[in-house]
Amino acid sequence: MGLTANELEVGDSYSEVVVEDLTRTQIVQYAGASGDYNPVHSDEKFVTEVAGYPTVFAHGMLTMGMTGRMLTNYVGDGRLTYYGVRFVNQVWPGDTLTARAEVAALREEDGETLVDLTITTTNQDEKFVLTGNATARVD
Amino acid sequence: MAVERFPVEASHILMFARSIGDSNLIYSDESHAAGTEVGSIIAPPTFAQASAQFDPDYFLRPKDGQKWFGSGGTASGTLVKDKSDEADDSDDEKSGSSAGGLHAEQHFTYHRHLKPGDVLSGETKPGESWEKESKRAGVLKFSESITEYRDQNGDLVVTARSVGVVTEKVIEQ
Repeated sequence: MGLTANELEVGDSYSEVVVEDLTRTQIVQYAGASGDYNPVHSDEKFVTEVAGYPTVFAHGMLTMGMTGRMLTNYVGDGRLTYYGVRFVNQVWPGDTLTARAEVAALREEDGETLVDLTITTTNQDEKFVLTGNATARVD
Repeated sequence: MAVERFPVEASHILMFARSIGDSNLIYSDESHAAGTEVGSIIAPPTFAQASAQFDPDYFLRPKDGQKWFGSGGTASGTLVKDKSDEADDSDDEKSGSSAGGLHAEQHFTYHRHLKPGDVLSGETKPGESWEKESKRAGVLKFSESITEYRDQNGDLVVTARSVGVVTEKVIEQ
């Protein structure tokens, strides 16, 4: 089920907590599923002693994936036509992330009705970790 | 990066969905999916990124017979130099090895959604590159790449645009 255009207004929003207290194990799980084994995401010794960061951090794509869950829960399965983000701050173990979509526009294109969404994901300190946009087909 | 053959499989979709904490049945349950608008299991919106699994040259996966830059007996299998070298260029080592690059942006355009049984190929072309000065990380060097994923019929299914950044120094927290 998708969203219905005549029940939507610019400024409407939807949000979800997409992870609470992010674990190192989930980051490892994402490395295994995605195939991105960059040691900065799982190797405490490498990341602290060689790369110079305080600890391991999440793949940007894990944050985009988790934010995508909020998005598909909102617009429905198979409805997205575009999803793009910018990774603006790193995500660390222990972070709790809230992803939010806001209706920016409703428009017609090639006989389809589309909704444009502005996306933000923030951490527990209300700092942006991801900003972006998405477009989805609506009824 | 070029991926000649990326078979989209149900078990891989299930593992990927688990890793992003998404228990939506559309990613795992065939009979549930059959009763929905899409009609079959589909992949989560960021799944195309897992094509890295099928890129033979992907540099962020350890490979048989090659040294890996993560830790083993030492903090890095390839980057840490002998103790005798450390005195004169330990600073170089730090900045050089932390400049492995970070992911700055990712964009997907969906022509249709991926499903089990699809066999994709991906062709990557370089896009633009640019520089920016940052207070927290020095000079930032951005570079863009565009990957077109086509299915077994040669139809374009997903276009991915990725922007990577190499920082001059470790980002201040």
